[in-house]
Amino acid sequence: MTTSTDHGWPDPASSALDLNRDGRSVSDRGETVCVIGAGPSGLTAIKNLTEHGFGVDCYERETGVGGVWNWRHDRSPVYASTHLISSRPLTQFPDFPMPDDWPDYPHHSQLLSYLERYADHFDLRRHVWFGTEVVRVEPADGDRWDVTTRSTGGYGPERTSRYAAVVVANGHNWSPKLPNHEGLAEFRGEVMHASSYQDPAQLRGRRVLVVGAGNTGCDIAAEAAQQAAHCWHSTRRGYWYAPKYLLGRPADQLNDLLLALRLPRRLRQWLFHRLLRVSVGDLTRFGLPQPDHRMLETHPIVNSQLVYYLGHGRVTPVPDAVRFHPDSVELADGRKVDPELVVFATGYLPRFEFLDPKILGDDGGAGRPALWLNAFVPNHPTLAVAGLVQPDSGIFPLSHWQSVLFARLLRLRETRPSKAAAFAATVTARAGERYAGPVKESSRHWFEVGHADYLRALQRALHDLEAK
Amino acid sequence: MSQQVRVIRGREWARPVRPVRREVLEAVPGLDEGRPPLLFVPGFGHGAWAFAEHWLGHAVERGFSGYALSLRGQSGSGPAPEATLGAYAHDVVQVAAGLPRRAVLVGHGAGALVVAHALARYPARAAVLVAPVFGGWATAVTALRRNPLGTLPALVGGRLRCSRAQLFGPELPRDEARRHLSRLGRPARRAQWQLLFGREPEPAVGDPPVLVLGSPEDRIVPRSALTRAARRYASAPLLFPGMGHDLMLDAGWREPIDAILDWLEKEPSAG
Repeated sequence: MTTSTDHGWPDPASSALDLNRDGRSVSDRGETVCVIGAGPSGLTAIKNLTEHGFGVDCYERETGVGGVWNWRHDRSPVYASTHLISSRPLTQFPDFPMPDDWPDYPHHSQLLSYLERYADHFDLRRHVWFGTEVVRVEPADGDRWDVTTRSTGGYGPERTSRYAAVVVANGHNWSPKLPNHEGLAEFRGEVMHASSYQDPAQLRGRRVLVVGAGNTGCDIAAEAAQQAAHCWHSTRRGYWYAPKYLLGRPADQLNDLLLALRLPRRLRQWLFHRLLRVSVGDLTRFGLPQPDHRMLETHPIVNSQLVYYLGHGRVTPVPDAVRFHPDSVELADGRKVDPELVVFATGYLPRFEFLDPKILGDDGGAGRPALWLNAFVPNHPTLAVAGLVQPDSGIFPLSHWQSVLFARLLRLRETRPSKAAAFAATVTARAGERYAGPVKESSRHWFEVGHADYLRALQRALHDLEAK
Repeated sequence: MSQQVRVIRGREWARPVRPVRREVLEAVPGLDEGRPPLLFVPGFGHGAWAFAEHWLGHAVERGFSGYALSLRGQSGSGPAPEATLGAYAHDVVQVAAGLPRRAVLVGHGAGALVVAHALARYPARAAVLVAPVFGGWATAVTALRRNPLGTLPALVGGRLRCSRAQLFGPELPRDEARRHLSRLGRPARRAQWQLLFGREPEPAVGDPPVLVLGSPEDRIVPRSALTRAARRYASAPLLFPGMGHDLMLDAGWREPIDAILDWLEKEPSAG
């Protein structure tokens, strides 16, 4: 394994030294491609780029692979009980399956071992500079990129290398999105974001308010139900809580079976509504609001346990928190609750602090890039973002195909420039396209995709690229 | 091989293949020289034993680690009467992905077709197709002509029996041939059927180099079929005259395996 201490940096004598716009020296890495991040999306980018014959330098700020799935990493959001919410066949890399004797919904430690095996099997670690973070990525002449790096934590000098292309795979589940409630600063209880939640011991015997009905929020609420003295679960609106199993098989596999049978969305929605109605029943009798959307319209919340603990009375559903007082929290319906611990499971926001937002087409700086296929950047044919998707399946297969498409595109730039130019025109024309049905708006839902819609669009792009 | 990449496999995702106990015989050299591991996939009726006989040991002597798999329902692997070609390919990919490094897939007979299917689901370092049976009507007609009594039942879902003359050359001692024949099992009915009418393998992922070899005297795979199989991968077959279908068991087993290992050592992207 390469570590920050034994960096075999490109020898300046062998790689031409150049100056960048600010007059700093730049070592030219020729046709090498830079990958930012060695999480699942970064690893699959390295694998597919090397498979297509490219040299790759990957920069990883941590000391191991796996990104968010590596619990040793300080930015990893996994907690002790994190299990997958999409089942194995819909989560694994399409060309490197997980062991078939693993459970349907593996534990996060299994996922890390899977990613480590992926890295070893395809010999990816030799491309990764661990303990190195990317400070700046700037466009250079000829669609090339100047990537400035330094040791994680800001130690040591900065170095700039010039690359033929860049894949941004820095993940989108590490920068917590914190709510801005009135009076939060005066609140005397403990407040934490779900990213720092690790272990149910943190909840034991305390009165806990969990804010947010994403998958993490529901997981923590279900754990609080078992450990805490009392648990309030605050949600802004009504949701569909899909169980992990439906009709004897993982629910996402059932959905894909219906997709394979070409059932239209409306019919699938109707079927799922019926199935939930007959198995789980009407959730409003527990005091939950009626869902204001149809199933398959937002990122699925997959949790079999929450409803169970609602039925045990171990979780009290409450509406949105509006105001914090020193010793209580005021809710939207005027009620007040007095938790000792508030866990904000309010999600994460994607961040690309090393890139000028304008490059990604995010002119307003709203953190919302305009990309095609959530990956390709208008006017920057040698830049791609991998894994910026929130699918109703695992992210790995989507990242895999994104990087395959990008690798083939880079090849075509040399062999058939006209094809690559046509692709670039498509990227510009169709940036911002969505790959899901009608989706509820929020700061995060814009990159939500339906895996079938998305992969179909990607497959079409791949075929167009290969066409004669 | 003109088909396009397949991204969506809804049916495979929705109905994953069930796990079955898999027999894997392995032979690993004492000193790891970084060579790619070989994964041997037997054809119908055969098991991992067919490679353990000679080829595994020989590969180790030359510094390659070798693994031989028994497909589900065959030899020491768990029973699977309803197995399909897809399930067989699943077994191959599972074992390959479990190896420490990218593997070279070596398929024999119908196992070569299984390997061809697996290549669409696993970016192998390289692939070797030994006397490949790619199925279709031609295979059935050839087998019927050579061994009508053994083949006819298989066409109606019964057991396929191979004769000594089909599998081995004249030089293999009679009792050794009898010993091998007695170990032959039967493949799953559905897989047998798919061999005749199944779908063409999808294009290989990761563009692996492919070597095809066989014998001009093979009574199961005619020379034209060998050429056709090799052409799929834009190459020509390597021929070993005087041998039967079971190149890894026949008297001259040493030559083909040496040729495979030589090829792997020379092939730049395979080594």
